[in-house]
Amino acid sequence: MTSLVIAENDGQTLKAATLHAVTAALQLGGEVHLLVAGQNARPAAEAAARIAGVNKVRLADDALYAHGLAEPLSKLITEIAADYTAILAPASTFGKNLLPRVAALLDVAQLSEITAVISADSFVRPIYAGNAMATVQSQDRIKVITVRGTAFEAAKTDGGQASIETLSAAGGGGNSSFLDQQLSKSERPELTAARVIVSGGRGMGSGDNFKLIDAVADKLGAAVGASRAAVDAGFVPNDLQVGQTGKIVAPELYVAVGISGAIQHLAGMKDSKVIVAINKDEEAPIFQVADYGLVADLFQVLPELASELSK
Amino acid sequence: MKVLVAVKRVVDYNVKIRVKADGTGVDTSNVKFSMNPFDEIAVEEAVRLKEAGKATEIVAVSLGPTACQETLRTALAMGADRAILVETAQDIQPLAVAKALRALADREAPGLIILGKQAIDDDSNQTGQMLAALLGWPQGTFASNLALDDTAATVTREVDGGLETVKLALPAVITTDLRLNEPRYASLPNIMKAKKKPLDVLSPADLGVDVAPRLVTLKVEEPPRRKAGIKVGSVADLVGRLKNEAKVI
Repeated sequence: MTSLVIAENDGQTLKAATLHAVTAALQLGGEVHLLVAGQNARPAAEAAARIAGVNKVRLADDALYAHGLAEPLSKLITEIAADYTAILAPASTFGKNLLPRVAALLDVAQLSEITAVISADSFVRPIYAGNAMATVQSQDRIKVITVRGTAFEAAKTDGGQASIETLSAAGGGGNSSFLDQQLSKSERPELTAARVIVSGGRGMGSGDNFKLIDAVADKLGAAVGASRAAVDAGFVPNDLQVGQTGKIVAPELYVAVGISGAIQHLAGMKDSKVIVAINKDEEAPIFQVADYGLVADLFQVLPELASELSK
Repeated sequence: MKVLVAVKRVVDYNVKIRVKADGTGVDTSNVKFSMNPFDEIAVEEAVRLKEAGKATEIVAVSLGPTACQETLRTALAMGADRAILVETAQDIQPLAVAKALRALADREAPGLIILGKQAIDDDSNQTGQMLAALLGWPQGTFASNLALDDTAATVTREVDGGLETVKLALPAVITTDLRLNEPRYASLPNIMKAKKKPLDVLSPADLGVDVAPRLVTLKVEEPPRRKAGIKVGSVADLVGRLKNEAKVI
Protein backbone atom coordinates (compact mmCIF):
# COMPACT_ATOMS: atom_id res chain seq x y z
CA MET A 1 0.00 0.00 0.00
CA THR A 2 1.09 3.58 -0.68
CA SER A 3 -0.21 6.83 0.82
CA LEU A 4 -0.24 10.26 -0.76
CA VAL A 5 -0.01 13.32 1.49
CA ILE A 6 -1.14 16.63 0.00
CA ALA A 7 1.45 19.19 1.09
CA GLU A 8 0.11 22.57 2.15
CA ASN A 9 2.66 25.03 0.80
CA ASP A 10 3.22 28.56 -0.43
CA GLY A 11 5.75 27.54 -3.06
CA GLN A 12 8.74 28.44 -0.89
CA THR A 13 7.95 26.48 2.26
CA LEU A 14 5.76 23.69 3.54
CA LYS A 15 3.17 24.57 6.17
CA ALA A 16 4.01 22.82 9.44
CA ALA A 17 0.61 21.06 9.42
CA THR A 18 1.88 18.92 6.54
CA LEU A 19 4.45 17.28 8.83
CA HIS A 20 1.75 15.98 11.16
CA ALA A 21 -0.17 14.51 8.23
CA VAL A 22 3.03 12.73 7.14
CA THR A 23 3.27 11.08 10.57
CA ALA A 24 -0.30 9.79 10.25
CA ALA A 25 0.53 8.47 6.77
CA LEU A 26 3.62 6.68 8.12
CA GLN A 27 1.42 4.97 10.71
CA LEU A 28 -0.67 3.46 7.91
CA GLY A 29 2.41 1.50 6.80
CA GLY A 30 3.78 1.23 3.27
CA GLU A 31 5.32 4.00 1.19
CA VAL A 32 4.55 7.68 1.66
CA HIS A 33 4.51 10.08 -1.28
CA LEU A 34 4.00 13.84 -1.07
CA LEU A 35 2.19 15.95 -3.65
CA VAL A 36 3.52 19.49 -3.81
CA ALA A 37 1.26 21.52 -6.08
CA GLY A 38 1.98 25.23 -6.35
CA GLN A 39 3.58 27.95 -8.38
CA ASN A 40 7.39 28.14 -8.42
CA ALA A 41 7.16 25.40 -5.83
CA ARG A 42 10.51 23.68 -6.34
CA PRO A 43 11.85 24.98 -2.96
CA ALA A 44 8.82 23.50 -1.18
CA ALA A 45 9.31 20.23 -3.07
CA GLU A 46 12.95 20.13 -2.02
CA ALA A 47 11.93 20.66 1.61
CA ALA A 48 9.38 17.88 1.18
CA ALA A 49 12.05 15.52 -0.17
CA ARG A 50 14.09 15.96 3.03
CA ILE A 51 11.25 14.90 5.37
CA ALA A 52 12.16 11.68 7.14
CA GLY A 53 10.14 8.72 5.87
CA VAL A 54 8.98 10.24 2.58
CA ASN A 55 9.77 8.00 -0.40
CA LYS A 56 8.79 10.21 -3.31
CA VAL A 57 7.75 13.80 -3.97
CA ARG A 58 5.52 14.63 -6.93
CA LEU A 59 5.77 18.26 -7.97
CA ALA A 60 3.07 19.98 -10.02
CA ASP A 61 4.42 23.45 -10.70
CA ASP A 62 1.83 25.63 -12.38
CA ALA A 63 0.10 28.98 -11.91
CA LEU A 64 -3.15 26.98 -11.67
CA TYR A 65 -2.09 25.81 -8.21
CA ALA A 66 -0.73 29.12 -6.89
CA HIS A 67 -3.51 29.69 -4.38
CA GLY A 68 -4.57 26.19 -3.47
CA LEU A 69 -7.99 26.44 -5.14
CA ALA A 70 -9.89 23.19 -4.67
CA GLU A 71 -11.35 23.03 -8.18
CA PRO A 72 -8.13 22.51 -10.17
CA LEU A 73 -6.30 20.73 -7.31
CA SER A 74 -9.01 18.10 -6.87
CA LYS A 75 -8.79 17.33 -10.58
CA LEU A 76 -5.02 16.87 -10.37
CA ILE A 77 -5.31 14.58 -7.35
CA THR A 78 -8.02 12.40 -8.83
CA GLU A 79 -5.83 11.84 -11.89
CA ILE A 80 -3.09 10.24 -9.79
CA ALA A 81 -5.36 8.71 -7.13
CA ALA A 82 -5.32 5.24 -8.66
CA ASP A 83 -1.69 4.88 -7.51
CA TYR A 84 -2.72 5.14 -3.86
CA THR A 85 -4.62 3.34 -1.11
CA ALA A 86 -4.85 6.47 1.05
CA ILE A 87 -4.86 10.23 0.42
CA LEU A 88 -4.22 12.47 3.41
CA ALA A 89 -4.08 16.21 4.10
CA PRO A 90 -3.89 18.36 7.20
CA ALA A 91 -7.28 19.24 8.72
CA SER A 92 -6.57 22.92 8.07
CA THR A 93 -8.94 25.15 6.12
CA PHE A 94 -6.87 24.12 3.07
CA GLY A 95 -7.34 20.39 3.62
CA LYS A 96 -10.95 20.64 4.73
CA ASN A 97 -11.82 22.62 1.62
CA LEU A 98 -10.05 20.22 -0.71
CA LEU A 99 -10.37 16.61 0.37
CA PRO A 100 -14.17 16.20 0.43
CA ARG A 101 -14.13 17.38 -3.18
CA VAL A 102 -11.49 14.77 -4.00
CA ALA A 103 -13.44 12.04 -2.19
CA ALA A 104 -16.68 12.81 -4.03
CA LEU A 105 -14.91 12.75 -7.41
CA LEU A 106 -13.53 9.31 -6.47
CA ASP A 107 -16.95 8.21 -5.17
CA VAL A 108 -15.53 7.35 -1.74
CA ALA A 109 -16.34 8.56 1.77
CA GLN A 110 -14.04 10.99 3.55
CA LEU A 111 -12.78 10.73 7.13
CA SER A 112 -12.52 14.12 8.84
CA GLU A 113 -9.97 15.15 11.47
CA ILE A 114 -8.71 11.76 12.55
CA THR A 115 -6.91 11.73 15.90
CA ALA A 116 -5.57 8.16 15.81
CA VAL A 117 -4.80 5.40 13.32
CA ILE A 118 -6.06 2.03 14.58
CA SER A 119 -5.31 0.04 11.42
CA ALA A 120 -5.03 0.67 7.69
CA ASP A 121 -8.81 1.08 7.48
CA SER A 122 -9.89 2.12 11.00
CA PHE A 123 -9.48 5.51 12.62
CA VAL A 124 -10.57 7.51 15.65
CA ARG A 125 -12.22 10.86 15.11
CA PRO A 126 -14.01 13.29 17.42
CA ILE A 127 -17.74 13.92 17.02
CA TYR A 128 -20.08 16.28 18.87
CA ALA A 129 -17.32 18.87 19.34
CA GLY A 130 -15.02 16.30 20.89
CA ASN A 131 -17.56 15.18 23.49
CA ALA A 132 -17.43 11.69 22.00
CA MET A 133 -14.76 9.79 20.10
CA ALA A 134 -15.88 7.50 17.27
CA THR A 135 -13.85 4.63 15.88
CA VAL A 136 -14.83 4.30 12.23
CA GLN A 137 -13.91 1.81 9.56
CA SER A 138 -13.73 2.74 5.90
CA GLN A 139 -14.96 0.23 3.33
CA ASP A 140 -13.69 2.16 0.33
CA ARG A 141 -10.74 1.19 -1.85
CA ILE A 142 -9.10 4.58 -1.26
CA LYS A 143 -9.20 6.17 2.18
CA VAL A 144 -9.43 9.95 1.97
CA ILE A 145 -8.45 11.46 5.31
CA THR A 146 -7.88 14.83 6.97
CA VAL A 147 -5.53 14.70 9.95
CA ARG A 148 -5.86 16.72 13.15
CA GLY A 149 -2.35 18.08 13.62
CA THR A 150 -2.39 18.17 17.40
CA ALA A 151 -2.97 14.40 17.58
CA PHE A 152 0.17 13.44 15.65
CA GLU A 153 3.80 14.46 16.21
CA ALA A 154 5.49 16.42 13.43
CA ALA A 155 7.65 14.31 11.10
CA LYS A 156 11.36 15.24 11.12
CA THR A 157 12.26 17.83 8.51
CA ASP A 158 15.60 16.24 7.69
CA GLY A 159 17.05 12.83 7.03
CA GLY A 160 14.88 12.02 4.03
CA GLN A 161 16.24 11.63 0.51
CA ALA A 162 13.16 11.28 -1.64
CA SER A 163 13.25 11.67 -5.39
CA ILE A 164 11.32 14.52 -6.98
CA GLU A 165 9.17 13.66 -9.97
CA THR A 166 7.46 16.36 -12.01
CA LEU A 167 3.80 16.13 -12.91
CA SER A 168 2.17 18.15 -15.62
CA ALA A 169 -0.82 20.27 -14.71
CA ALA A 170 -4.18 18.56 -15.10
CA GLY A 171 -6.21 21.57 -16.16
CA GLY A 172 -9.66 22.10 -14.74
CA GLY A 173 -10.72 25.05 -12.68
CA GLY A 174 -11.57 28.13 -14.67
CA ASN A 175 -14.89 28.55 -12.87
CA SER A 176 -13.15 29.88 -9.75
CA SER A 177 -10.43 32.46 -9.30
CA PHE A 178 -8.45 33.90 -6.43
CA LEU A 179 -8.89 37.65 -5.88
CA ASP A 180 -6.94 38.51 -2.77
CA GLN A 181 -6.17 37.64 0.81
CA GLN A 182 -6.00 39.61 4.02
CA LEU A 183 -3.71 37.62 6.26
CA SER A 184 -3.27 38.76 9.83
CA LYS A 185 0.25 40.01 10.28
CA SER A 186 1.91 39.11 13.53
CA GLU A 187 5.38 38.75 14.96
CA ARG A 188 4.05 35.99 17.15
CA PRO A 189 4.11 32.27 16.42
CA GLU A 190 1.11 30.76 14.62
CA LEU A 191 -1.58 29.53 16.98
CA THR A 192 -1.56 25.96 15.75
CA ALA A 193 2.24 25.72 15.97
CA ALA A 194 2.90 27.69 19.17
CA ARG A 195 4.55 26.09 22.22
CA VAL A 196 2.77 28.50 24.55
CA ILE A 197 -0.62 30.20 24.05
CA VAL A 198 -2.20 32.94 26.16
CA SER A 199 -5.93 33.33 25.42
CA GLY A 200 -8.45 35.90 26.53
CA GLY A 201 -12.21 35.57 26.87
CA ARG A 202 -15.24 37.72 27.44
CA GLY A 203 -13.80 38.68 30.82
CA MET A 204 -11.23 40.85 29.04
CA GLY A 205 -14.03 43.41 28.61
CA SER A 206 -12.65 45.06 25.47
CA GLY A 207 -10.29 44.63 22.56
CA ASP A 208 -8.06 47.29 24.04
CA ASN A 209 -7.56 45.22 27.19
CA PHE A 210 -5.98 42.47 25.08
CA LYS A 211 -2.81 44.61 25.42
CA LEU A 212 -2.52 43.02 28.85
CA ILE A 213 -2.54 39.57 27.21
CA ASP A 214 0.01 40.76 24.63
CA ALA A 215 2.39 41.85 27.38
CA VAL A 216 2.34 38.41 28.98
CA ALA A 217 2.58 36.67 25.61
CA ASP A 218 5.66 38.77 24.77
CA LYS A 219 7.41 37.52 27.90
CA LEU A 220 6.60 33.90 27.06
CA GLY A 221 7.17 34.05 23.32
CA ALA A 222 3.58 32.90 23.09
CA ALA A 223 0.80 33.08 20.52
CA VAL A 224 -2.35 34.98 21.48
CA GLY A 225 -5.73 33.26 21.27
CA ALA A 226 -9.31 34.04 22.23
CA SER A 227 -12.58 32.33 23.05
CA ARG A 228 -15.54 32.51 20.70
CA ALA A 229 -17.26 34.85 23.19
CA ALA A 230 -14.40 37.34 22.83
CA VAL A 231 -14.58 37.07 19.04
CA ASP A 232 -18.39 37.43 19.00
CA ALA A 233 -18.06 40.49 21.23
CA GLY A 234 -15.78 42.00 18.58
CA PHE A 235 -12.69 42.23 20.84
CA VAL A 236 -10.41 40.38 18.40
CA PRO A 237 -10.57 38.92 14.87
CA ASN A 238 -11.90 35.43 14.25
CA ASP A 239 -8.56 33.94 13.25
CA LEU A 240 -7.56 34.09 16.94
CA GLN A 241 -10.46 31.87 17.91
CA VAL A 242 -9.59 28.67 19.77
CA GLY A 243 -12.39 26.13 19.96
CA GLN A 244 -14.53 23.72 18.02
CA THR A 245 -15.56 26.47 15.61
CA GLY A 246 -12.07 27.96 15.52
CA LYS A 247 -8.62 26.44 15.79
CA ILE A 248 -7.75 23.23 17.60
CA VAL A 249 -4.54 23.67 19.59
CA ALA A 250 -2.41 21.54 21.91
CA PRO A 251 0.54 23.62 23.14
CA GLU A 252 2.88 22.77 26.03
CA LEU A 253 1.28 25.55 28.04
CA TYR A 254 -2.16 27.10 27.59
CA VAL A 255 -3.09 30.08 29.75
CA ALA A 256 -6.84 30.84 29.73
CA VAL A 257 -7.62 34.31 31.02
CA GLY A 258 -11.17 35.47 31.70
CA ILE A 259 -12.50 32.40 29.86
CA SER A 260 -15.36 30.55 31.54
CA GLY A 261 -14.71 27.28 29.73
CA ALA A 262 -17.69 26.63 27.46
CA ILE A 263 -17.71 23.15 25.89
CA GLN A 264 -16.95 24.66 22.52
CA HIS A 265 -13.77 26.30 23.85
CA LEU A 266 -12.63 23.22 25.78
CA ALA A 267 -12.97 21.18 22.59
CA GLY A 268 -10.26 23.34 21.05
CA MET A 269 -7.64 23.28 23.84
CA LYS A 270 -8.18 20.40 26.24
CA ASP A 271 -5.31 18.40 24.77
CA SER A 272 -2.81 21.05 25.88
CA LYS A 273 -0.07 19.62 28.12
CA VAL A 274 -0.43 22.12 30.96
CA ILE A 275 -3.47 24.36 31.37
CA VAL A 276 -3.55 27.47 33.56
CA ALA A 277 -6.85 29.21 34.26
CA ILE A 278 -7.16 32.74 35.60
CA ASN A 279 -10.72 33.73 36.40
CA LYS A 280 -12.44 35.59 39.19
CA ASP A 281 -15.39 33.18 39.16
CA GLU A 282 -14.41 30.24 41.33
CA GLU A 283 -17.20 28.13 39.79
CA ALA A 284 -16.07 28.63 36.18
CA PRO A 285 -15.93 25.24 34.35
CA ILE A 286 -12.44 26.08 33.06
CA PHE A 287 -11.07 25.18 36.52
CA GLN A 288 -12.26 21.60 36.03
CA VAL A 289 -9.69 21.08 33.29
CA ALA A 290 -6.94 23.37 34.57
CA ASP A 291 -3.75 22.02 36.13
CA TYR A 292 -3.22 25.34 37.88
CA GLY A 293 -6.07 27.66 38.72
CA LEU A 294 -5.82 31.19 40.06
CA VAL A 295 -9.05 32.72 41.31
CA ALA A 296 -8.38 36.43 40.95
CA ASP A 297 -9.13 39.59 39.00
CA LEU A 298 -7.34 39.35 35.69
CA PHE A 299 -6.75 43.11 35.56
CA GLN A 300 -4.50 42.76 38.62
CA VAL A 301 -3.03 39.40 37.72
CA LEU A 302 -1.91 40.08 34.14
CA PRO A 303 0.40 43.05 34.87
CA GLU A 304 1.75 41.19 37.90
CA LEU A 305 2.34 38.10 35.78
CA ALA A 306 4.18 40.10 33.13
CA SER A 307 6.49 41.60 35.72
CA GLU A 308 7.02 38.27 37.53
CA LEU A 309 8.03 36.68 34.23
CA SER A 310 10.61 39.46 33.70
CA LYS A 311 12.44 38.48 36.86
CA MET B 1 -32.46 33.16 -9.42
CA LYS B 2 -33.54 30.17 -7.41
CA VAL B 3 -31.58 29.36 -4.23
CA LEU B 4 -31.46 25.89 -2.70
CA VAL B 5 -30.66 25.68 1.03
CA ALA B 6 -29.84 22.42 2.79
CA VAL B 7 -30.70 22.07 6.49
CA LYS B 8 -29.96 19.28 8.95
CA ARG B 9 -31.82 18.30 12.09
CA VAL B 10 -29.26 17.85 14.88
CA VAL B 11 -29.13 17.53 18.67
CA ASP B 12 -29.51 21.08 19.98
CA TYR B 13 -26.19 22.77 20.68
CA ASN B 14 -27.12 23.33 24.32
CA VAL B 15 -27.65 19.63 25.04
CA LYS B 16 -24.84 17.91 26.91
CA ILE B 17 -24.62 14.69 24.97
CA ARG B 18 -24.15 11.28 26.56
CA VAL B 19 -22.37 8.32 25.08
CA LYS B 20 -24.45 5.13 25.24
CA ALA B 21 -23.20 2.59 27.77
CA ASP B 22 -22.86 -0.10 25.09
CA GLY B 23 -20.58 2.13 23.01
CA THR B 24 -22.79 2.05 19.92
CA GLY B 25 -23.31 5.78 19.68
CA VAL B 26 -24.66 8.87 21.36
CA ASP B 27 -27.96 8.76 23.23
CA THR B 28 -30.44 10.85 21.23
CA SER B 29 -33.64 9.72 22.92
CA ASN B 30 -35.56 12.43 24.78
CA VAL B 31 -33.18 15.23 23.81
CA LYS B 32 -34.04 18.46 22.10
CA PHE B 33 -33.33 18.70 18.37
CA SER B 34 -32.87 21.92 16.38
CA MET B 35 -31.68 23.12 13.04
CA ASN B 36 -27.89 22.88 12.74
CA PRO B 37 -26.64 26.41 13.65
CA PHE B 38 -24.51 26.77 10.50
CA ASP B 39 -27.59 25.87 8.42
CA GLU B 40 -29.61 28.62 10.13
CA ILE B 41 -26.97 31.01 8.83
CA ALA B 42 -27.43 29.47 5.35
CA VAL B 43 -31.21 30.01 5.46
CA GLU B 44 -30.74 33.56 6.73
CA GLU B 45 -28.33 34.35 3.89
CA ALA B 46 -30.82 33.04 1.31
CA VAL B 47 -33.63 35.10 2.83
CA ARG B 48 -31.47 38.22 2.74
CA LEU B 49 -30.69 37.56 -0.94
CA LYS B 50 -34.41 37.38 -1.62
CA GLU B 51 -35.07 40.55 0.36
CA ALA B 52 -32.35 42.26 -1.68
CA GLY B 53 -34.09 41.20 -4.89
CA LYS B 54 -31.28 38.83 -5.91
CA ALA B 55 -33.10 35.57 -5.25
CA THR B 56 -36.55 34.84 -6.58
CA GLU B 57 -37.35 31.61 -4.79
CA ILE B 58 -35.86 29.74 -1.82
CA VAL B 59 -36.21 25.97 -1.62
CA ALA B 60 -35.21 24.37 1.70
CA VAL B 61 -34.15 20.74 1.63
CA SER B 62 -33.49 18.19 4.35
CA LEU B 63 -32.70 14.49 4.53
CA GLY B 64 -33.62 12.17 7.35
CA PRO B 65 -36.60 10.90 9.34
CA THR B 66 -40.13 12.35 9.33
CA ALA B 67 -39.20 14.65 12.22
CA CYS B 68 -37.02 16.67 9.81
CA GLN B 69 -40.30 18.25 8.69
CA GLU B 70 -40.08 20.40 11.84
CA THR B 71 -36.65 21.63 10.78
CA LEU B 72 -37.99 22.44 7.33
CA ARG B 73 -40.96 24.30 8.88
CA THR B 74 -38.43 26.42 10.77
CA ALA B 75 -36.71 27.26 7.48
CA LEU B 76 -40.10 28.11 5.95
CA ALA B 77 -40.90 30.33 8.94
CA MET B 78 -37.60 32.15 8.46
CA GLY B 79 -38.57 32.91 4.87
CA ALA B 80 -38.02 29.91 2.58
CA ASP B 81 -40.81 29.52 0.00
CA ARG B 82 -41.16 25.75 -0.13
CA ALA B 83 -39.49 22.66 1.22
CA ILE B 84 -38.49 19.16 0.19
CA LEU B 85 -37.80 16.29 2.58
CA VAL B 86 -35.92 13.28 1.31
CA GLU B 87 -37.21 10.88 3.90
CA THR B 88 -35.16 7.95 5.14
CA ALA B 89 -34.70 6.23 8.47
CA GLN B 90 -31.18 5.19 7.55
CA ASP B 91 -28.03 6.79 8.97
CA ILE B 92 -26.99 8.96 6.03
CA GLN B 93 -23.44 10.08 5.51
CA PRO B 94 -22.18 13.20 3.69
CA LEU B 95 -21.53 11.50 0.33
CA ALA B 96 -25.10 10.15 0.25
CA VAL B 97 -26.48 13.57 1.21
CA ALA B 98 -24.41 15.19 -1.53
CA LYS B 99 -25.76 12.69 -4.09
CA ALA B 100 -29.36 13.35 -3.08
CA LEU B 101 -28.77 17.11 -3.23
CA ARG B 102 -27.21 16.76 -6.66
CA ALA B 103 -30.30 14.92 -7.88
CA LEU B 104 -32.49 17.69 -6.48
CA ALA B 105 -30.27 20.35 -8.04
CA ASP B 106 -30.73 18.61 -11.41
CA ARG B 107 -34.52 18.87 -10.95
CA GLU B 108 -34.66 22.38 -9.52
CA ALA B 109 -31.81 24.06 -11.44
CA PRO B 110 -30.89 26.60 -8.74
CA GLY B 111 -28.32 29.34 -9.41
CA LEU B 112 -26.87 28.97 -5.93
CA ILE B 113 -26.85 26.31 -3.22
CA ILE B 114 -26.07 27.37 0.36
CA LEU B 115 -25.23 24.93 3.17
CA GLY B 116 -23.76 25.16 6.66
CA LYS B 117 -20.03 24.44 6.67
CA GLN B 118 -20.48 21.54 9.06
CA ALA B 119 -23.08 19.84 11.20
CA ILE B 120 -22.47 19.97 14.93
CA ASP B 121 -23.23 16.27 15.41
CA ASP B 122 -20.82 14.40 13.14
CA ASP B 123 -18.56 17.44 12.58
CA SER B 124 -17.72 16.19 9.09
CA ASN B 125 -17.48 19.46 7.13
CA GLN B 126 -17.84 17.63 3.80
CA THR B 127 -21.29 17.87 2.21
CA GLY B 128 -20.95 21.24 0.44
CA GLN B 129 -17.58 20.40 -1.07
CA MET B 130 -18.83 16.97 -2.19
CA LEU B 131 -21.95 18.46 -3.74
CA ALA B 132 -19.88 21.02 -5.65
CA ALA B 133 -17.64 18.21 -6.93
CA LEU B 134 -20.56 16.07 -8.10
CA LEU B 135 -22.17 19.02 -9.89
CA GLY B 136 -18.85 20.23 -11.30
CA TRP B 137 -19.55 23.64 -9.76
CA PRO B 138 -17.08 25.93 -7.97
CA GLN B 139 -17.22 26.12 -4.19
CA GLY B 140 -16.93 28.97 -1.70
CA THR B 141 -16.48 27.31 1.67
CA PHE B 142 -16.38 28.89 5.16
CA ALA B 143 -17.92 32.10 3.81
CA SER B 144 -17.99 35.23 5.94
CA ASN B 145 -19.21 37.47 3.14
CA LEU B 146 -21.11 36.88 -0.08
CA ALA B 147 -21.71 39.34 -2.92
CA LEU B 148 -23.66 38.33 -6.01
CA ASP B 149 -24.02 39.72 -9.48
CA ASP B 150 -25.75 38.10 -12.47
CA THR B 151 -22.95 35.77 -13.38
CA ALA B 152 -20.64 35.44 -10.39
CA ALA B 153 -20.41 35.19 -6.61
CA THR B 154 -17.60 36.96 -4.76
CA VAL B 155 -16.96 35.08 -1.53
CA THR B 156 -14.80 36.07 1.42
CA ARG B 157 -13.59 32.91 3.13
CA GLU B 158 -12.36 32.37 6.69
CA VAL B 159 -9.00 30.66 6.26
CA ASP B 160 -6.39 29.76 8.87
CA GLY B 161 -4.25 32.87 8.54
CA GLY B 162 -7.07 35.39 8.04
CA LEU B 163 -9.40 35.98 5.10
CA GLU B 164 -9.31 35.07 1.42
CA THR B 165 -11.55 36.33 -1.38
CA VAL B 166 -12.46 34.20 -4.39
CA LYS B 167 -14.70 34.77 -7.39
CA LEU B 168 -16.93 31.92 -8.52
CA ALA B 169 -18.85 31.60 -11.76
CA LEU B 170 -22.52 30.79 -11.11
CA PRO B 171 -24.01 28.33 -10.45
CA ALA B 172 -21.96 27.73 -7.30
CA VAL B 173 -22.03 26.10 -3.87
CA ILE B 174 -21.48 28.23 -0.75
CA THR B 175 -20.89 26.95 2.79
CA THR B 176 -21.39 29.31 5.70
CA ASP B 177 -19.09 30.27 8.55
CA LEU B 178 -20.19 31.96 11.77
CA ARG B 179 -19.66 35.57 10.83
CA LEU B 180 -21.66 35.55 7.59
CA ASN B 181 -24.75 36.85 9.36
CA GLU B 182 -26.85 36.60 12.50
CA PRO B 183 -29.95 34.47 11.82
CA ARG B 184 -33.35 35.95 12.66
CA TYR B 185 -35.92 34.43 14.95
CA ALA B 186 -39.08 33.43 13.16
CA SER B 187 -42.04 35.57 14.23
CA LEU B 188 -45.26 33.93 15.36
CA PRO B 189 -47.25 35.07 12.27
CA ASN B 190 -44.49 33.67 10.06
CA ILE B 191 -44.51 30.39 11.98
CA MET B 192 -48.27 30.18 11.34
CA LYS B 193 -47.82 31.04 7.66
CA ALA B 194 -45.08 28.43 7.32
CA LYS B 195 -47.58 25.69 8.14
CA LYS B 196 -49.37 26.41 4.88
CA LYS B 197 -46.28 26.53 2.67
CA PRO B 198 -45.71 23.48 0.41
CA LEU B 199 -43.56 20.65 1.76
CA ASP B 200 -42.94 17.71 -0.57
CA VAL B 201 -41.73 14.35 0.66
CA LEU B 202 -39.59 12.13 -1.57
CA SER B 203 -37.63 8.96 -0.97
CA PRO B 204 -33.98 8.39 -1.92
CA ALA B 205 -35.28 5.85 -4.45
CA ASP B 206 -37.39 8.58 -6.11
CA LEU B 207 -34.13 10.39 -6.74
CA GLY B 208 -32.32 7.23 -7.78
CA VAL B 209 -29.77 7.65 -5.01
CA ASP B 210 -28.09 4.91 -3.00
CA VAL B 211 -27.76 6.16 0.58
CA ALA B 212 -26.07 3.08 2.06
CA PRO B 213 -23.33 4.14 4.51
CA ARG B 214 -19.69 3.77 3.47
CA LEU B 215 -18.19 4.21 6.91
CA VAL B 216 -18.97 1.77 9.69
CA THR B 217 -18.90 3.05 13.26
CA LEU B 218 -17.16 0.37 15.29
CA LYS B 219 -17.57 2.09 18.64
CA VAL B 220 -18.18 5.44 20.31
CA GLU B 221 -16.48 6.32 23.58
CA GLU B 222 -16.22 9.15 26.06
CA PRO B 223 -13.09 11.21 25.48
CA PRO B 224 -10.37 10.80 28.11
CA ARG B 225 -11.21 13.06 31.02
CA ARG B 226 -8.81 15.67 32.31
CA LYS B 227 -8.50 15.88 36.03
CA ALA B 228 -8.84 19.22 37.74
CA GLY B 229 -5.51 20.29 39.19
CA ILE B 230 -4.82 22.61 42.09
CA LYS B 231 -5.60 26.21 42.94
CA VAL B 232 -2.61 28.44 43.49
CA GLY B 233 -2.66 31.40 45.83
CA SER B 234 -0.59 34.00 44.02
CA VAL B 235 1.06 34.95 40.76
CA ALA B 236 4.50 34.22 42.25
CA ASP B 237 3.32 30.76 43.31
CA LEU B 238 1.96 30.13 39.79
CA VAL B 239 5.15 31.18 38.02
CA GLY B 240 7.25 29.14 40.47
CA ARG B 241 5.21 26.01 39.80
CA LEU B 242 5.27 26.49 36.02
CA LYS B 243 9.06 26.77 36.20
CA ASN B 244 9.92 24.12 38.73
CA GLU B 245 7.05 21.66 38.85
CA ALA B 246 5.54 21.64 35.33
CA LYS B 247 8.81 22.84 33.75
CA VAL B 248 7.01 24.48 30.83
CA ILE B 249 8.56 27.94 31.09
